[in-house]
Amino acid sequence: MLSKNKQYSLHNYLLIALFTALLSVSSLFAQGDIPTDDASINNGKVLFENNCKSCHAVHEKVVGPALKGILERQKLPWLINWIHNPQKVISSGDPYATKLFAEYKTAGVMSGFPSFKDDEIKSILAYIKKEGDTLPDSVVKGPENPNPPTGGGVDAGFINIVLSGFIAVMILIVITLAIVISVLKKYLAQNEELLTESEKYLTTQKFDFNAIFRSTGFRFTLIFLLIGTIGKTSVDYLTSIGMQQGYAPKQPIPFSHKLHAGKYKIDCNYCHTGVRISKSANIPSANICMNCHSQIKTESPKLEKLRKSWATGKPIEWVRVHNLPDLAYFNHSQHVNVAGLECQQCHGPIEKMEVVQQYSPLTMGWCINCHRETVVKAEGNAYYDKLLQAHNKSSKEPLHVKDIGGLECSKCHY
Amino acid sequence: MSGLEKKYWKGIEELENDPQFVKNSMNEFPEYLPILNKNEETGGTPRRDFLKLLGFGVAAVSLAACETPVKKAIPYVNKPEDVDPTIANWYASSFFDGVEYNSILVKTREGRPIKIEGNKFSSVTKGGTSVRAQASVLSLYDTERLKGFLEAGKPAEINEVDKKIIAQLKEQAVKGGQIRLVTSTIISPSTKAVIGDFVNTYPTTKVITYDAISYAGIVKANQKSFGKSAIPAYDFSKAEVIVSFGADFLGTWLSYTEYQKQYAVTRKLGKSKKSMSRHYQFETTLSLAGANADYRTAIKPSQEGLALASLYKALGGSIDTPSFTAKYIDKAAQDLLKSKGKSLVVSGSNDVHVQVLVNAINVLLENYGSTIDLNNFSNLAQGNDEGFNAFVEELKQGLVDGVIFYNVNPVYSHPKGADIKEALKKVPLTISFATTLDETSSEVKFNTPDHHYLESWVDVEPKIGYYGLGQPTITPIYKTRQFQESLLRWADINVDFYTYIRTYWKSNIFGKQNNYASFDDFWDRSLHNGVFEAPVDSTSAVSFSVDLSETASAISSRYKVSNSTLELAIYQKAGVGNGDAANNPWLQEFPDPITKATWDNYLTIAPALAAKWNLKISQGNTIKAVLKVGNQTVTVPVLVQPGQAQDTVGLAVGYGREVAGKVAKGVGVNAYKFVDILEGVSQLANFNVTVEPTTETYQIAQTQTQQTIMGRDIVQESVLDKYIKNPAAGRKTVTVHTPDKGEVPASSLSLWSKAKWDEKRTNHFWGMVIDLNSCIGCGSCVISCQAENNVPVVGRDEVSNSRDMHWIRIDRYYSTDANTEDASIGNLAKMEEASANPRVVFQPMMCQHCNNAPCETVCPVLATTHSTEGLNQMTYNRCIGTRYCANNCPYKVRRFNWFAYYENNNFDYHMNNALGKMVLNPDVTVRARGVMEKCSMCVQRIQEGKLNAKKEKRRPIDGEIETACSQSCPTEAIVFGDMNDTESKISKLMAEEKEARMFQVLDEINTRPSVSYLTKIRNLIA
Repeated sequence: MLSKNKQYSLHNYLLIALFTALLSVSSLFAQGDIPTDDASINNGKVLFENNCKSCHAVHEKVVGPALKGILERQKLPWLINWIHNPQKVISSGDPYATKLFAEYKTAGVMSGFPSFKDDEIKSILAYIKKEGDTLPDSVVKGPENPNPPTGGGVDAGFINIVLSGFIAVMILIVITLAIVISVLKKYLAQNEELLTESEKYLTTQKFDFNAIFRSTGFRFTLIFLLIGTIGKTSVDYLTSIGMQQGYAPKQPIPFSHKLHAGKYKIDCNYCHTGVRISKSANIPSANICMNCHSQIKTESPKLEKLRKSWATGKPIEWVRVHNLPDLAYFNHSQHVNVAGLECQQCHGPIEKMEVVQQYSPLTMGWCINCHRETVVKAEGNAYYDKLLQAHNKSSKEPLHVKDIGGLECSKCHY
Repeated sequence: MSGLEKKYWKGIEELENDPQFVKNSMNEFPEYLPILNKNEETGGTPRRDFLKLLGFGVAAVSLAACETPVKKAIPYVNKPEDVDPTIANWYASSFFDGVEYNSILVKTREGRPIKIEGNKFSSVTKGGTSVRAQASVLSLYDTERLKGFLEAGKPAEINEVDKKIIAQLKEQAVKGGQIRLVTSTIISPSTKAVIGDFVNTYPTTKVITYDAISYAGIVKANQKSFGKSAIPAYDFSKAEVIVSFGADFLGTWLSYTEYQKQYAVTRKLGKSKKSMSRHYQFETTLSLAGANADYRTAIKPSQEGLALASLYKALGGSIDTPSFTAKYIDKAAQDLLKSKGKSLVVSGSNDVHVQVLVNAINVLLENYGSTIDLNNFSNLAQGNDEGFNAFVEELKQGLVDGVIFYNVNPVYSHPKGADIKEALKKVPLTISFATTLDETSSEVKFNTPDHHYLESWVDVEPKIGYYGLGQPTITPIYKTRQFQESLLRWADINVDFYTYIRTYWKSNIFGKQNNYASFDDFWDRSLHNGVFEAPVDSTSAVSFSVDLSETASAISSRYKVSNSTLELAIYQKAGVGNGDAANNPWLQEFPDPITKATWDNYLTIAPALAAKWNLKISQGNTIKAVLKVGNQTVTVPVLVQPGQAQDTVGLAVGYGREVAGKVAKGVGVNAYKFVDILEGVSQLANFNVTVEPTTETYQIAQTQTQQTIMGRDIVQESVLDKYIKNPAAGRKTVTVHTPDKGEVPASSLSLWSKAKWDEKRTNHFWGMVIDLNSCIGCGSCVISCQAENNVPVVGRDEVSNSRDMHWIRIDRYYSTDANTEDASIGNLAKMEEASANPRVVFQPMMCQHCNNAPCETVCPVLATTHSTEGLNQMTYNRCIGTRYCANNCPYKVRRFNWFAYYENNNFDYHMNNALGKMVLNPDVTVRARGVMEKCSMCVQRIQEGKLNAKKEKRRPIDGEIETACSQSCPTEAIVFGDMNDTESKISKLMAEEKEARMFQVLDEINTRPSVSYLTKIRNLIA
């Protein structure tokens, strides 16, 4: 038994040893000099986002295959060759490449990046490896919205429960008090002789509803409440005229930001080309859509209008969601480029929207409020240097937009 | 009893006891509204129904208002790489309208030109722009341009027209029929090559150059004097003494934008420059140049030749003419002799003999080679009057078989226009390239409209060796074709004009430089800069050889020492010019710099003549008079013009268009028919006319009726001698007596406890300094501002109501003979009256952006507020139109929208049609009815400049942000900038001039404006 056990364990050891050896060899071979330091990974991230992202994702198949585990599928030298010149690898008759080509025939051959140095390719692979090791993050976290359009920070349901509990307690107190009064009254009625005349008057007093209704105070309160309610409702209604918060019109093409911005994480700037440079963010022109859709979903019926527009040269008429009045000047580049705001600050969790809706009220009060509360991104921008200095001399508060004329009429109206 | 009582009837109905009357008399307050209603039984609309309808109407309207309209966002299908919506693209180009040249930059937004600005790369116009260049962008969007080719006035297919024209041309070529190509001056070298090619194909073609305003006298005189048929290039910047005889070289004469720039150089003063040119002007009607002159003498047109001869004699020359003297001739001669080689004598006369004399004077003064350059001569004004007159004769005799008109309108602009119109009917083939139907182009068989210049490839050579290029800035709006391309097509040369112009530049101009080895680089650079300059050596001497005896006898016989008859001087107005651009509403509403009149031409008469007629004119209310020249008469309103020579009248051309668009048609009278032809050359004067006043009254729409400054310190001025001794000469400060401190400047007292804004302006402090000495009053800023800020055109009637909308105006003040110190009521009226030959001062006036703004304190809704950058902000959407602010503005610069000027067919100019609206600046709100507006100091440009700086993480660079007015100013009189930036031009200028020439208007009321002025200094002996 013992020897058998020993044999078994020996066998095990051997196996383990062999396995470890193999593993170390394979990992040596596969990962060899894939860097693991943060600098390389970050560098890889930048390169990936600038060059690869339009066709590749780590976790999903986009135009090209998902890249998770690429190092397990192919060796580094092969990958370098492939990235430098995919066509050459295919023509060499490499079986894996031929298979890939067959599978992604509709997308065409990947364009080569002959200018990439080996180190750069390695850092891209390092980034892919790191990304691949983390779980897919399907939810993009937008920054916290400082002014959510409804309610405060507390859940409305919770407030309702607290309120109804409060009301129940109040009712109980009223009932208890009523009981106490009636008990006391009964007691005093039985002991009338103890009371003076005026006290008797109090105990026998009837609760006169008519008198209350007839009293000036009651009428005044009632009328005041009535006028107040009507007034408030009308003012609320009137001030909401022209406000389109929540406006989510049907678009000619059911374009989903949830899919493009959320799932595939296409950078907003890729389609909205003006957002960093000009006043308008730009509704993407059909040629931008066709950059991808000449390859992907080429048969989708939903894209029929896009293909028709591309073929006929007649533009797609999208329905404008955000309608600022003409008298208000708003410049995207000022807010996105200079102030460094995220799109979500005003547009809400756009990456979760199947149909785009107007998230913010876009009222002047809303604009002004943000100008009151937002701190100017002055660091590193020489425009603000002197302003910041002057401000810091006189105030301990950070430099807000309002401090540099952000509330002045001519900022937006001219 | 009843028989005795008198009965009174209220009317015949009561007497007759009309049943309707009885019924109504029972019903003193009838329930129905006095609205006619078909329903007789109910007696009209019952009150309840009315209220129901009213209620429903209100509810329906308010409900409808709740429904926000669905707006579309339409992107490009394939976005051009270099066009980003909302970002302007700039293209360098060249403006040439047949008369004047400006090197320009065109601002386009989303593929449409919206603004013209000066191109600083050009050493000809050096960034200056004229009024007409600024306004030319609006003509592009004229709905009355021809929308396609026409045959006999009916729309026709381009190819069909081409076929017919080619067939007819070939037919004429075969039988030797005479073809005439009548063009305006062409300064495009490649176009001349195209015409050459056309003439090669059809050799019987003769090219005739015709200018409505002829300068042929100068050309012929130079031929006579120097053997060179050309207009010389003048350089006013080198002239210390300038003497002009009727040449309005600052307003209309030849290449005036170039001269404005040069002239301003000699007029600037400062700490390091204490000298300026001295300018004499001898003229008939007060012109811009005359208004800027240090010494001005009013002479009659019939004296011009003698005046020049007397100057020549005073300079030591000898010429046998009757002796004549005019004020300041001798003084001018003394000054000229002191500045030999650094002076300039010019004349606006078109008389060859007079111009020969001018040449003789300039030769005597050794000005050739310094201020006058005949080697790099000007290509402008090539019109050949003799050639054109010969053509008219041929036409009348039926010797011409085909006429092609390009950019000319002789039926309107030639004194024999009616003959030409008649004779054209007999010509078998008539073609016009005119872009609109005008007097000439409506008489031709084929209309093959040319592109607007902003839709075309353009090259120019305004002066020898100075080239300009221009590219299309918009896709052609209508089915038109560029003139050159049509000619090439008809000449069977199948090449588009772009290829042609490139080839031309490659073989003819590329070789003139050696900076670029490849033609593509050279072409791209030239196209980018808009100019290419390769001036030739200008030192070669000229030899003047002419016998002045012929000149002397010609002058002696034509000109008179005294003339008993009334004389007419014909001139051009700075806005409409020769009348080609008359259909441009901006130009029609542009106030004439001198008369401040819009939408009209008129007979300018001297105050003495008005006194003789016992004519009292106030606020543009005037009478009409009948002007008779030979057998031609015209009835025209009169305008009393101080400075007009005794016994002369002036009348401007460019008006009285009969076949033109809705804007120009029927405005004013045509003065071209009074043009006299002397020795084959057109003369803009007539020595024998009669004028008879009528009783018919008329109102001329003037924007300024105030004639003088009435002794106030609004404009402060001095003379050079005093300025040299004391730089603050002419500065006036109002003082008040205080109980504790004695006499103090009024501006040191304030209602405000402290300066409200001073400490808040940590970032920028925008301001302006306007040099009254270099402002020549040309008005380029007015149109530039109008284009930049979507200022509406309001029309003649509204201008008459003082409701003009220009944000910047140029106030023109005359000096008065009255004692300005005496403030008695009787004297105030006298102070209103200008001198017979007044000194003139121009003052650009716009919102002063007061830091203690009177308008801000009275606005009940805070629609006008102050910014921490020193701007007085006007918020249209907040304004409710109380007009308190305008009432309280001491500078009267606020403008009220009495009507909706857009989408309103009562203001049928350009804002009521889709095409005309394309010129609007998308960054500036179009104001609604009932709101106030005013100069914003181009806040949209400030904001854009700041944003660009922020994006590039830097402070704005001085000069990067300019207002529309300062950008277009040809004399750099307006300096705009950040007064907080100690390195900026404005800060340095203010530091230099603070104790010297700088003042603020109405300083004593302590409004503390952000706009400052520098005193006007005249170079004269006080």
